[in-house]
Amino acid sequence: MYVAVKGGERAIENAHAWLAEERRGDTSVEELSIAQIREQLKLAVNRVMAEGSLYDPDLAALAIKQARGDLIEAIFLIRAYRTTLPRFGSSNPIETSEMDCERRISATFKDLPGGQVLGPTFDYTHRLLDFKLAADGETIEVPERDAVPETVPHVTEFLNKEGLIQDEAASEDTPPDLTREPLELPADRALRLQSLARADEGFTLGMAYSTQRGYGRTHAFVGELRIGAVSVEMDIPELGFAIDLGEITVTECETVNQFTGSKTEPPQFTRGYGLVFGQSERKSISMSLVDRALRWEELGEDNVGAPAQDAEFVLYHGDNIQATGFLEHIKLPHYVDFQSELELIRKLRREAMERAVPEAAE
Amino acid sequence: MQEIQQKERKAWLSLMATSPDGALTKLFAQTAETPAFDWLRPPEIGSVMVRGRTGATGAPFNLGEMTVTRCSLKLSTGEVGHGYVQGRRKEDAESAALVDALMQTEAATELQAAVLSPLSQQVADTKSARARKAASTKVDFFTMARGED
Repeated sequence: MYVAVKGGERAIENAHAWLAEERRGDTSVEELSIAQIREQLKLAVNRVMAEGSLYDPDLAALAIKQARGDLIEAIFLIRAYRTTLPRFGSSNPIETSEMDCERRISATFKDLPGGQVLGPTFDYTHRLLDFKLAADGETIEVPERDAVPETVPHVTEFLNKEGLIQDEAASEDTPPDLTREPLELPADRALRLQSLARADEGFTLGMAYSTQRGYGRTHAFVGELRIGAVSVEMDIPELGFAIDLGEITVTECETVNQFTGSKTEPPQFTRGYGLVFGQSERKSISMSLVDRALRWEELGEDNVGAPAQDAEFVLYHGDNIQATGFLEHIKLPHYVDFQSELELIRKLRREAMERAVPEAAE
Repeated sequence: MQEIQQKERKAWLSLMATSPDGALTKLFAQTAETPAFDWLRPPEIGSVMVRGRTGATGAPFNLGEMTVTRCSLKLSTGEVGHGYVQGRRKEDAESAALVDALMQTEAATELQAAVLSPLSQQVADTKSARARKAASTKVDFFTMARGED
């Protein structure tokens, strides 16, 4: 028997009202502004932009405020908003070699053109709580030094000149877009990179860590990590030429990985690539390790059955909005489904008992 | 309409697109009266898919989108202006389109001096301050004296 049920509207409305009050918290404490979140919780804003797959710091800050700091909920809000925007077009590929580097380090070469620039990093901090931050107000004088304008070439370029690393040949192919066509396998590298760029940071980190611990090991060195602003240029049809549409901060990681060579290729290094919106080096390094692990087939390596080598496993489970949508739906009413399960188990038990009774009587 | 070099137009459009929120509109309001115009395309917010390249030099891939506001208008004197700015900024997009159109008129010299040059200076100052801070975090390696002799 099917019974239609209505009700709960008032409870839902009231729950939302309470949610809004809880979001605001104690009203004797000053309210947080969007600008404060954007400026002072920048790395949270960066994560929401990267995984929400939409570069707009103010929107990401609003989403974080609305989501009470739940970043996956904030990413959900951004993804939903994104779908309402008409798309004006696609940019020309950004030129990371022309980045205004705020941070640029290499773990493979000490001395290199452009130098090692540490930037605003947590590295080398002692990870001790700073109670001065709990007291009010602090303004810090940052030392400055004359900046000599110089090109900062990619580290992999040096290796490429000697033929020691696999070449990354330019092409102008139109890449697949998983926001327009469902992600289908086999996924080429462009599609995998799009998927990884918006994948959950924690998931990507776990996958990357598993390769370091031996599940599909690829011996990665961080050839280079660079963070800074790049111009985004797009062809404007009504003008007939391209203009810079904006400037975005990105984190780029290039790993240099061991490779023993194959029948067709001499021994050479191979590459993993990570590119993420905002300052987000954990995600960017993770992305490049996972990218490299997923390349086993095109590089003629063995599939050792490691999770990070399994494109279906990685790409279909890395999206935190898909994952949380499916995971959390099981808490919503399943009364009818469950009713049929209940009836089934009662019937099975009844049958089992009936079989047991005559046996007991013997 | 005077002959305009595409390179110059590209430069001012790019500058306005990347200018900080509200800066262009403020400078423009201080400089010129809004001329009579008709919308060809009123301001609209949309997105642009940003692409990167595999390994920085290889095949393109889709990195993610960014928000962009655009509009187009025609002055009563006939010049057409296009405004494209990063983010959700309808006022700045309108100012950009107006400046783009007016830069094709005799007002160009004044606008260059009172709007575009100061805007360009603002952007350059911000960039240079960050570059100077980055430079101060550049590592100077030195070799420790060895205790062999």
